[in-house]
Amino acid sequence: MITDWTLWLEWFIKSLVWIFALLGGFAYLTYYERRALARIQTRVGPNRAGPFGLLQPIADAIKLIFKEELSPAKAYKFIFFLAPILTLVPSIVIAAVIPLGPPIQLFGRQINLVLADVNVGVLYFMAIAAVAVYGIVLAGWSSNSKYAMLGGMRSTAQMISYELALGISLIPVILLANSMSMVDVVKAQGMLWFVFLQPVGALIFWIATLAEVNRAPFDMPEAEQELTAGYHAEYSGMKFALFFMAEYQKMIVICAVMAVFFFGGYLGPGVDKYPLLGPVYLFIKVFLLLFAMIWVRATWPRFRYDRLMSFGWKVLVPLSLAIVFITATGILLAEETGNPMWMWAIPAASVIAGLIPVVTIYRTLKRLSYERA
Amino acid sequence: MTLDLVLFLVLALVAVASALGMLFSRNAVYAALYLVLNFVTVAVFYLLLSAPFIAMAQVTVYAGAIMVLFLFVIMLLGSDALPKSQVLPWQKPLAIVMSVLLAAEAAYLLVTKARPAGDVLPPTELVNTTENLRQLGNALFTDYLLPFEVVSILLLVAMVGAIVLTKKEKGARQ
Repeated sequence: MITDWTLWLEWFIKSLVWIFALLGGFAYLTYYERRALARIQTRVGPNRAGPFGLLQPIADAIKLIFKEELSPAKAYKFIFFLAPILTLVPSIVIAAVIPLGPPIQLFGRQINLVLADVNVGVLYFMAIAAVAVYGIVLAGWSSNSKYAMLGGMRSTAQMISYELALGISLIPVILLANSMSMVDVVKAQGMLWFVFLQPVGALIFWIATLAEVNRAPFDMPEAEQELTAGYHAEYSGMKFALFFMAEYQKMIVICAVMAVFFFGGYLGPGVDKYPLLGPVYLFIKVFLLLFAMIWVRATWPRFRYDRLMSFGWKVLVPLSLAIVFITATGILLAEETGNPMWMWAIPAASVIAGLIPVVTIYRTLKRLSYERA
Repeated sequence: MTLDLVLFLVLALVAVASALGMLFSRNAVYAALYLVLNFVTVAVFYLLLSAPFIAMAQVTVYAGAIMVLFLFVIMLLGSDALPKSQVLPWQKPLAIVMSVLLAAEAAYLLVTKARPAGDVLPPTELVNTTENLRQLGNALFTDYLLPFEVVSILLLVAMVGAIVLTKKEKGARQ
C-alpha cells in the first residue's frame, strides 16, 4: 500500500488537470474547426456570440444540455445508455501516458509532468485504441435501427483494418527510441525528430489515426448523406454530446500522441532551462496538427467503402511492414559498421518504398479514367 | 492479509463472475461483452504479476481485436436474440459493480506496478519490469525460435486458408 498521501494528491491533481484541459479543449476545438473550415470555404463562421464568436462553444454547451433526451422504444436501454460512456472514457484515458514536459521542481519535490510513466506506454496506447471501438459498435447495435447498425458495422470493419497499420507503423518508433515508454520516446528525439528519420511511418500513422477517430475522409460510420448520422443517429441531448465530446477529445489526444511519437513531444529550444516551456511547445504542436486534421476534412471527399478497405489492407499494411524492415536494417547497419550515417538510409529507402504505391495508384487511376473517357 | 492477496481475491471474483455471466446470459451480445470483461480481468492479473507487456497484448489482441470481430459476426448474423426463457434482473447491477471494481484495480496497478523499478514498489528480480520487454524478445528469438517460427507459419496457413475459402473460383462466375 502506498502510504505517501501526497503521491495520491499528485495523481488526483494531474488527472483533474487533464480532464479539464480536454473538456476545455473540446469546447474550443469545435470553435476552431468551424472557424477554420469557414475560412477555407470562404465563409465567416460563428462570429456573433462574444468577441470573434468566442462564446459560441458555451452557447452550444447550454443548448446541448437542455435538449430533450430521447431513446428509441425498442432500444436495448442499458447498452444504449452505456455506449456514449464507453466511447468517451478511452479518449480521456489515453492522455494518462502523454508526457507534458520534463520534470519540474515544485514545493520542494520533483514532479513529473506525466500522469503515469508506464514502461509499455506505446502498447498502452494501442490497447486503449483497440478497446475504443466498443462504444461505437454498441451504440450502433443498441439503437435497434438500421442506419445506426450499418454505421456501427462500418466502423468495426474500418477500425480493425486500420488498427493494424497503426500498430505496425509504431514499431519503427519503438526501434528508434529503443524503448516503449512515451517519456523515453520523447527523450530519444533530443537530436532529431523521428518524422525526419521515418517520414513514411509518420504519414501512415497519421492516415491510420484519421481512420481511428472516424474523421473525414474516413467518416464512413457517420456519413451524413448515406446513413443520416450513422451510429449516433438515435442519440440526442447529453448522450449525443458525449459522442461529440469523445470525437473531439480523441482528436486532441491523438494529435498529442502524434506529436510525442514523431514531432519531439514537448522538446523545443530552451526546454532544458525552463521546463515549463514544455507544455507550451506541446500545445503549439498539437494546435498545428489539429489544423492539419481540419484541413484534410475541408479538402478531401469521403472514401468509397471498398476503396477504404483495399487501401487499408493492400497499401498501408504492406507498406508499414516494409518500413519496419527498412528501419531495423538501417539501425543494424549503423550499429555494425559504427557509422551513424547509415541512419540516413532509413528515410531514403522509406520514401522510395512509399513512392511505389503512390505511383502505382496514380497510374491505375489515370488508366481507369482513360478507359472511361 | 497483504494488499496483493486482497487484489487477487477481488479480481478472481470479477473473473469468475464475468465468466459465469457470459455462460448464462441469453443474449449473444451480452455474452460477448461479459467475455470482454473477463479478458480485461485476465489482463489485470498480468499487471498484478508485474508483466505489463503481456497485459497490454492481452487487451489489444483479445479484448480489442478478437472480441470486436466476434461482435461483428454476431451483429452481422443478427443472432443476438436467443429465445428468452428467463430474465436475469441481477445481471446489470452485477456488471456495473464488477466493472467499477476492475477499473479501480487496473488504475491502481497501472500507476504502481507498471513503473520503472525502484519507483514505488520493488518488483522481484526475475521480472524486472523495465527489462521485461527485452527479455521477452530475447527469449522469443533465441531459446524459443523454432516454436515461434512454427506458430507464425501456422498463422500464415490459417490466413491463406481463410482467403482461399472466401475467394470465388474463376470458372464459377459464369
